[in-house]
Amino acid sequence: MPIFKRSGKKEMPELGTSSDIVFMFLFFFMVTTQMRSSEVKVRVKLPEATEIAKLERKDLASYIYIGSPTAQYQGQYGTETRIQLNDSFKTTNDIRDFIAAERDAMSEADRQLMQVSLKADEDARMGIITDVKQELRRCSALKIMYAARRAAE
Amino acid sequence: MAKRKTPGLNTQSTADIAFLLLCYFLMVSTMDQQSGLQRRLPPMPTNEQKQEDTKVNKRNIIIVKINSSDRLFAGDQLLDVSQLKDKIKEFITNPNDDPNLPEREKKVIEGFGEYPVSKGIISLQNDRGTSYKAYIAVQNELVKAVNEVRNDFCRQHFGKVFNACNETQQKIAKDAIPQNISEAEPKDVTKK
Repeated sequence: MPIFKRSGKKEMPELGTSSDIVFMFLFFFMVTTQMRSSEVKVRVKLPEATEIAKLERKDLASYIYIGSPTAQYQGQYGTETRIQLNDSFKTTNDIRDFIAAERDAMSEADRQLMQVSLKADEDARMGIITDVKQELRRCSALKIMYAARRAAE
Repeated sequence: MAKRKTPGLNTQSTADIAFLLLCYFLMVSTMDQQSGLQRRLPPMPTNEQKQEDTKVNKRNIIIVKINSSDRLFAGDQLLDVSQLKDKIKEFITNPNDDPNLPEREKKVIEGFGEYPVSKGIISLQNDRGTSYKAYIAVQNELVKAVNEVRNDFCRQHFGKVFNACNETQQKIAKDAIPQNISEAEPKDVTKK
């Protein structure tokens, strides 16, 4: 005969509100995050800065990633610093087409406001960044942003 | 008539469904902050323009150079990044009317009146071998210097910091203390 005898019926704890909580989480994430537009194939550790401004309109921004390829692409592309546009590695000559395509995707009124965000690794050399900047000037995409993360005070 | 009992809805699975959706959004979205230093590049000079170099008085320009080993020169001095801000602030404000620092031209600013606007230009030059980190650090210091001068201006005239001012006041401050940072045409310094 068992010493500890369960008295009465076993009761299930109430779980009715858990779905509400999860839904709240869901909405929180849907509001605060944005869809990942492209897979970043280069290692980008943004430099630190304190005087940063927030990007006002994310829909007007195009991204150029500059850095050395991540481990899984190093076998194919080496460790040299590279430029990534959309989903593939490109050279500075392709920037013109990229900017033109991004411009075309925007409405007439927004084209003036187009902004290019340079997401470059902090170990990248200025040589490649200067090349990119010169190419952007040639395409007259003059509004740029050096992406940076907020420095810890 | 007998009261008919409404059948209870089975809601046990909604939590699971919500979890699935939650996981999906966690996987496909990013939360990274989109922030950085905003700049406007100068337009590419056309061929005719290339010849004429804009003549700027020597006292009105400060050349900030970063070499390939990330060492910083401002004016003709070797400086540390932490010293740059004060140097630039001195350069912009020119408090003692030093003849070697930029002249100040009285300009009428709309809604404010006359204010001696500095004609100083900060010219930033870098080498191809400069690291991006050092470049951003210097850019950041330059912006910080300008922002601090603007803050001082706002505190003096409007009694609050730049960010607390309204839009017209911010515009006045921007006109009074312009952010003239020129990113020079690239030069290959290494070949010399």
